[in-house]
Amino acid sequence: MSDIADRVKKIVVEHLGVEEDKVVDKASFIDDLGADSLDTVELVMAFEEEFGIEIPDDAADTIQTFGDAVKFITDAS
Amino acid sequence: MFDLTGKCALVTGASGGIGAAIARALHGAGATVGLSGTRVEPLESLAAELGSRAHVLPCDLGNAEAVEALPKEAIAAMGGLDILVNNAGITRDQLFMRMSDRDWQDVMEVNLTSAMRLCRAAVRPMMKSRWGRIVNIGSVVGSIGNPGQVNYSAAKAGLEGLTKSIAHEVATRGITANVVAPGFIETPMTDKLNEDQKATLYAKIPAARMGTSDEVAAAVLYLASPEAGYVTGTTLHVNGGLAMI
Repeated sequence: MSDIADRVKKIVVEHLGVEEDKVVDKASFIDDLGADSLDTVELVMAFEEEFGIEIPDDAADTIQTFGDAVKFITDAS
Repeated sequence: MFDLTGKCALVTGASGGIGAAIARALHGAGATVGLSGTRVEPLESLAAELGSRAHVLPCDLGNAEAVEALPKEAIAAMGGLDILVNNAGITRDQLFMRMSDRDWQDVMEVNLTSAMRLCRAAVRPMMKSRWGRIVNIGSVVGSIGNPGQVNYSAAKAGLEGLTKSIAHEVATRGITANVVAPGFIETPMTDKLNEDQKATLYAKIPAARMGTSDEVAAAVLYLASPEAGYVTGTTLHVNGGLAMI
């Protein structure tokens, strides 16, 4: 697993308090990992900070799963 | 009780009587305060009076860019932002039929839109620290109206709706958002009323007097305190019984 994926996973595990093995590519933050809409905003804020990137609101809306997040951040950084 | 040691509070309109009293109350409870306003001199003298833990942050709330920059400046100066008090307000009183769009827009921009912008910027650091207090200063006229103040009362009523919706969204993050709604308070403006005008006014107020800035500040201090953590989305009226709502 890439370094980016590891760092994203760490943020997700810490923020949502879920088991690491639940955080798979297809895992939806809201449907599978128990996030509410505010959690998704906070995750995006945490990603921005961790990776020093800016994630615009319309892009943030497309980040629904762990895999989406890793792909977006990989492309952006 | 009401210990704010280590908390950083931004108060807008701190150059006015009520804003200065709020800043003194929060500072007195141990908070670091950011004093914002348009007039630098009164801010400087208030900061000098308070001594340490006081930062002057001039800002024209009618200027959108300056408003966006203010929370960042506050965080840079104070090292954080835990408490936001949107106290600044202007009036452009005019009978409704003669009220210009400009009178409406100016009041909306400063009293409502700038408060929204500051709340939006402040929520971010508050969410991170899982603690925050937003106290927006409304007015009794937001609930009961006042002739000549269609713009002002609409903005103050709007502030209540805004505050309640924010309270809903951020409640699980340890952030509360409330309104303190003063009635008639002793200020340079109300000092100008003559005895007859005061008598007419007092007849409507069960307490038969005006309130003081300190009485408003005490309500803000309570809502900003850790003890008020379970109070959110409410309006605390400080009006001597003028409107019991």
